[in-house]
Amino acid sequence: MLNIRQINKHTGYNFAFLDENTKREIRRKTLKAVAIPGYQVPFASPELPIARGWGTGGLQVTMSIIGKDDILKVIDQGCDGGVNAVNIRNLLTKTTGVRTTFDTQAATIIQTRHRVPEEPLREDQILVLQVPIPEPLRYVEASTGKAQEMHAEMDYSRMWVFLYENIVKWGEITIGSRYPSLVNGRYLIDPSPIPRWDVPKLNMADTLFLFGAGREKRIYAVPPHTRVEPMEFEDHRFRVEDFTGRACVRCGSTDTYMNEIHDGSSGNKLYVCSDSSYCDKVRSRREDDLDGGK
Amino acid sequence: MGYVAVSGGTEAILNAEKLVDYFRLKGKSEPLVVEQIRDQMRLAVDKVMGEGSLYAPNIAALAIKQAEGDNLEAAFILRAYRATQPRRYVSLAVDTAKMQVIRRISGAFQDIPGGQIIGPTRDYTQRLVDFSLLAEKREEMEKFLCNIGIQTIPEQLPDTFPKVVDLLRQEGLLVVLEPSQEVYDITRQAMSFPSCRSAKLQSLCRGETGAMMALAYSSVRGFGDIHPCLGELRVGYVPLYINHPGCKKPVYIGRVLVTEAEIIAQYGEGDKKSKPQLTLGYGLCFGHNELKAMSMGILDRSTRSKAPVKAPAEDEEFVLYHIDGIEAAGFVNHFKLPHYVTFQSTLDRLRRSQALKEESADVKHQAD
Repeated sequence: MLNIRQINKHTGYNFAFLDENTKREIRRKTLKAVAIPGYQVPFASPELPIARGWGTGGLQVTMSIIGKDDILKVIDQGCDGGVNAVNIRNLLTKTTGVRTTFDTQAATIIQTRHRVPEEPLREDQILVLQVPIPEPLRYVEASTGKAQEMHAEMDYSRMWVFLYENIVKWGEITIGSRYPSLVNGRYLIDPSPIPRWDVPKLNMADTLFLFGAGREKRIYAVPPHTRVEPMEFEDHRFRVEDFTGRACVRCGSTDTYMNEIHDGSSGNKLYVCSDSSYCDKVRSRREDDLDGGK
Repeated sequence: MGYVAVSGGTEAILNAEKLVDYFRLKGKSEPLVVEQIRDQMRLAVDKVMGEGSLYAPNIAALAIKQAEGDNLEAAFILRAYRATQPRRYVSLAVDTAKMQVIRRISGAFQDIPGGQIIGPTRDYTQRLVDFSLLAEKREEMEKFLCNIGIQTIPEQLPDTFPKVVDLLRQEGLLVVLEPSQEVYDITRQAMSFPSCRSAKLQSLCRGETGAMMALAYSSVRGFGDIHPCLGELRVGYVPLYINHPGCKKPVYIGRVLVTEAEIIAQYGEGDKKSKPQLTLGYGLCFGHNELKAMSMGILDRSTRSKAPVKAPAEDEEFVLYHIDGIEAAGFVNHFKLPHYVTFQSTLDRLRRSQALKEESADVKHQAD
């Protein structure tokens, strides 16, 4: 039942918006997800005041695990200042009053859309990923009912054929982000639309990764120290995005995931880190070095 | 280099909010009063309550004002509000035979027990712009209300009407379904397929009218085999009761306006031994929304089809996953969000594919 004493006087809502019963259900489903790595656990997923498809799954997971002492970071496309990240952070701070940070290392919970931060995450941190389509088999099977049977039988043959046909037709696999990966040698997952660049970061990590799909009403998890293997052939290996010869125009990094931008004035194509907090850190470190050298 | 990675998201969304209000108010007409929307935009309020799945006329009217008349957005506001409300009671099953009707018609029989009650409908009006509404006067309104004589109706009409489809049931012409024992709550549990009937009906009940109409239309037009006939359509008030600890008898908690459609459809596809019988599709929704109730009735029946090759409206997973307006609008809209990272990944794949194609063309060229 709704605990009347927990209602925040300013907003009229419970701590972290959801009522305690709903949070408890999400935590139970999350525990199940952790216990069966990569398995998609259905959950009730009530509507939030944020639109479906705009991060409601990740939000519900965050709302159910967040406590008063947490330090929250919210990113969209790796950036803390994007409009959707701001909107989600505002809802969470308005209803919890927790401290927030842009610094990946200072955060205890990071909610993200489309990126895993560049800096390695620790065991005392949780990364919550927003998921539009939790079903990796959607490429080959539109029906959720049938896809569930395929998971139960670990029948991923149609997915292998799909990748093979991609290579025959286009010389290369066409899946950019959302790269299907096998968790703990058992369940195939859609790792959410993170670039392939970020998939190896999930493998044998120190951190717990929680995936929330609100509209599709599914939660799944990659627990710490769990194998995550992107689908690959012996003669056609998984490869991440290629940024050879590129450097970030802001910080000079050559080892990060970058977005290309078209400079209207010069007509040049420029590259910039997608992880804005990491980019800022490298940039200020360089500036410090320059100042120290003077 | 002028590029700043951290964009001014906070400022941008605050300004966007202000602009929304500016565009709502810049015409400087009189502020809309919620009661006016509730009373004079009755059908919009009903649609929003149905799709938002919360019977709350005042909040629905307020949501319509807030959303500048975008019904889908208003339904979303209502649905999000609903999600914060605890579920305290489940009402007893409603007997729609006890409905206090304002309208009931049947397309199946000319004469029905109790008679056809045409009620408030635009069905037989000519869709001409009514310019007289430009200068509607309060005195005229009151005079009209005085003269219409609604108050005499209860004397002429019975309180309740027998159901038309019960006649067919009594004659054994209609397949009788087993009542479900357990009521699934789709707001507490994600649906799975094949779904149970109560989950299906709940899902249809909160579906978006337009989406349901399109799918129902596809089925009756020919992508399917439903051949519907309107057994009965009724609009009216039904009483709600709950069991309350401390009270021996069920407690009356109020009444809601609903629209109910019973669609008589093709023969049941049972085993060969059973006698041929017609089937029924059932539609019920909050408020006065005949198109939705009828679409629901058609889809309830079409999704029970046992056809080996299913038309879109016969595939229950297809229908139920795609008729929710709030989910559909959210996801279609989400493509407005930045997708820089994923698009960069797509470009990486495409460029590699193009390079490989060029390489192989070069090799072929050299070989020639």
